[in-house]
Amino acid sequence: MPLRTTYAGSSLRNLGFQAGIEIGDFEPIASQTLTGTQASVTFSSIPQNYKHLQLRVSARVNSGDSYQLLAQFNGDTATNYSWHYLFGNGSTVGVGNASNQSFASVGSHPGAGTTLANIFGVTICDILDYSNTNKYKTTRATSGGARNVLPAYVFIPSSNWRSTSGITSIYLYSEGGASFVEYSHFALYGIKG
Amino acid sequence: MPKTYKAIASQTLTGTETSVTFSSIPQTYTDLVFILNPIGTSSGANYLARFNSDTGANYDGIRLTANGSTVASARYTITGGIQIHDYLINGTSQVPVIICQIMNYSNTTTYKQLYARGNTASNWVQSSVGVWKSTSAITSVTFLSSSSNFQSGSSFSLYGIKAA
Repeated sequence: MPLRTTYAGSSLRNLGFQAGIEIGDFEPIASQTLTGTQASVTFSSIPQNYKHLQLRVSARVNSGDSYQLLAQFNGDTATNYSWHYLFGNGSTVGVGNASNQSFASVGSHPGAGTTLANIFGVTICDILDYSNTNKYKTTRATSGGARNVLPAYVFIPSSNWRSTSGITSIYLYSEGGASFVEYSHFALYGIKG
Repeated sequence: MPKTYKAIASQTLTGTETSVTFSSIPQTYTDLVFILNPIGTSSGANYLARFNSDTGANYDGIRLTANGSTVASARYTITGGIQIHDYLINGTSQVPVIICQIMNYSNTTTYKQLYARGNTASNWVQSSVGVWKSTSAITSVTFLSSSSNFQSGSSFSLYGIKAA
């Protein structure tokens, strides 16, 4: 059945299906949907022919309330990262920052400790100019997870990786040593420019 | 390579409406993105997204808002929808831009999360996240307000994103 757009009220109309119009150059690179508990997810051999990357994650971990989604690029585990964030937890607002860290903060997700079952978080992280070899790399993310209890988080981080290398791999894992659970989904897209 | 980010449907109102529904949403994508530019007929109303016509108490969410002088966070449990913008403004001079992201909308295993980012330049910036506590695939999305209608000129656009 084709998609319909309808309106309530006096101007009710069935507008019928509009054929999908392909737009832009937003292409899928790789995705993973977990079939069991997993401590980390890696995207490797990332093509260098896009302008930007977007990471889209729907994840949950097996413990705790809510945790940050962390990333390391190109296997760099040295203290070459810095980040800051803004969050709201349903009752208060807070900020944070750190420099000379061994990971980037790129999102968040709820934990199974006190979160209602079947609830997964949302992370959308943009990595601009990821293949550029003349500048350090910056990420910008929006994320959150309503947990049916408090605290729950809207979490908005931004990170910097002090390397001029093009990003060829992204290693994702959770703060707190928690593992991602089954059905967590990770997708990487390339944006041409 | 087939294109991934596809425009599915779009509409600009030519009259006043109480709600706008996208139904029979194709189940062939991974995520949905709505871009909304609603013009309210009255101020002070919550702006909601409702899934599959579920009017029950099956939604929960939190928001982070800033109005140029204060910043706040709150939880909301609104019967009948996820709040995607806190305060609809009457008239064309203050029209919010709202982008809603719905992840894994077609899966039948997890509850559905929506992340919304809305901005009304003269009033609010807001980020909110909400959950629809149902494992059903999302086949329809209705946008409505608790005490306002949408004026002519309001626009609503739906895009699908397909993962690799």
